Amino acid sequence: MAMDRRKFLKIAGLSAALGLGGKTALDLLTPGEVEASFEKAPLMQGKKWGMVVDMNKMTEEIMDKCIAACHNVHNVPDLGNPKEEIKWIWKETYEHTFPGQHHEYVAEQYHGRNFLLLCNHCTNPPCCRVCPTKATWKREDGVVMMDQHRCIGCRFCMAACPYGVRSFNWGDPRNAPKDRNPNFPPNMEYPTRSKGVVEKCNFCAERLAKGQLPACVEAADAIEKNALTFGDLDDANSEVRHLLHSHYTIRRKSELGTGPNVYYIV
Amino acid sequence: MYDGGKIIVGLIIGVGLLLFPFWYNAGKAAKAPDPVLTVKAKELKACVMEKSYMTTSHMQLLDKWRHEVVRSGERYYTAPDGKTYYKSLQVTCMDCHDNKSKFCDQCHDYMGVDPYCWDCHIEPKENN
Repeated sequence: MAMDRRKFLKIAGLSAALGLGGKTALDLLTPGEVEASFEKAPLMQGKKWGMVVDMNKMTEEIMDKCIAACHNVHNVPDLGNPKEEIKWIWKETYEHTFPGQHHEYVAEQYHGRNFLLLCNHCTNPPCCRVCPTKATWKREDGVVMMDQHRCIGCRFCMAACPYGVRSFNWGDPRNAPKDRNPNFPPNMEYPTRSKGVVEKCNFCAERLAKGQLPACVEAADAIEKNALTFGDLDDANSEVRHLLHSHYTIRRKSELGTGPNVYYIV
Repeated sequence: MYDGGKIIVGLIIGVGLLLFPFWYNAGKAAKAPDPVLTVKAKELKACVMEKSYMTTSHMQLLDKWRHEVVRSGERYYTAPDGKTYYKSLQVTCMDCHDNKSKFCDQCHDYMGVDPYCWDCHIEPKENN
């Protein structure tokens, strides 16, 4: 929303004088002014982006394709060393994905089965609360965004995130082993990161801005429709809401109160 | 003055060493920067702002852009001439100015500035 300080002060002053609340202050703008500053396209207008992973449709092949697509689009290197691993989206077993749900009599098909994990873009993200520089914050459309320009590499966010979705660059990603990363960086239209910053999934904010679906969803759609579904949880008519309405879903560690926005149909 | 000769010789050597950079580089003036426009940039004639502004203030513009793109999600810029650009150093700027060594580095090296943009943003592959 484009509003300069002068205009903001004018409206704030006027609202205070009239004894109005913050919400009505917005109405004082010329009608349509706020809306007009946004580009109109379905994937640019979400209020609470979320994702539904349908484990009945998900296969190892789809998961591998999603991971490859994401890491290729975002220039995520394969360092080959689990201690320095950088990942935006990855696979983990049921036991590790839902530690609170697991028990010794769990259904055969879930025992040791891989799930697809990514940033949950929490409604109440603990990573954003601890960041001392606001290098990570919650956007108005729900994306938990990273600003690499501001990250000082303190790794508080990594300690705060209960899902392990954040990775630290211990070295320059461009020094990644050549045998594992031929032609790195693969995507010349997206930056790499530098040594000493934290990175994670950004729900493909750069693609949403162009009206494109996240890279993982696009890769999954090419094999099986709706294995991964992306959409606006705030919109009762969205596909994600229909899926949530018609299926039983679980979320990772929802008991912590972070409000994860990635749902799993099991 | 005791040991006057030694002191004077010492002083001369000392001052000589102090002025070493001056006499070492005497007569070797650094080449004035000469940024070269690519054929593509020349044909387009116009940048996102007029040339004088871009020469002196491109860094402010880039800083503003990165803030608006990353923090506010405003990814499109409308130039004074009405043309709309995708705000991106790597995709938009370097598409025209794909000769970093002969364009950006010319002045940056001369001025002794070392922008860290390229730690993350990928510079174009230069053919020449």
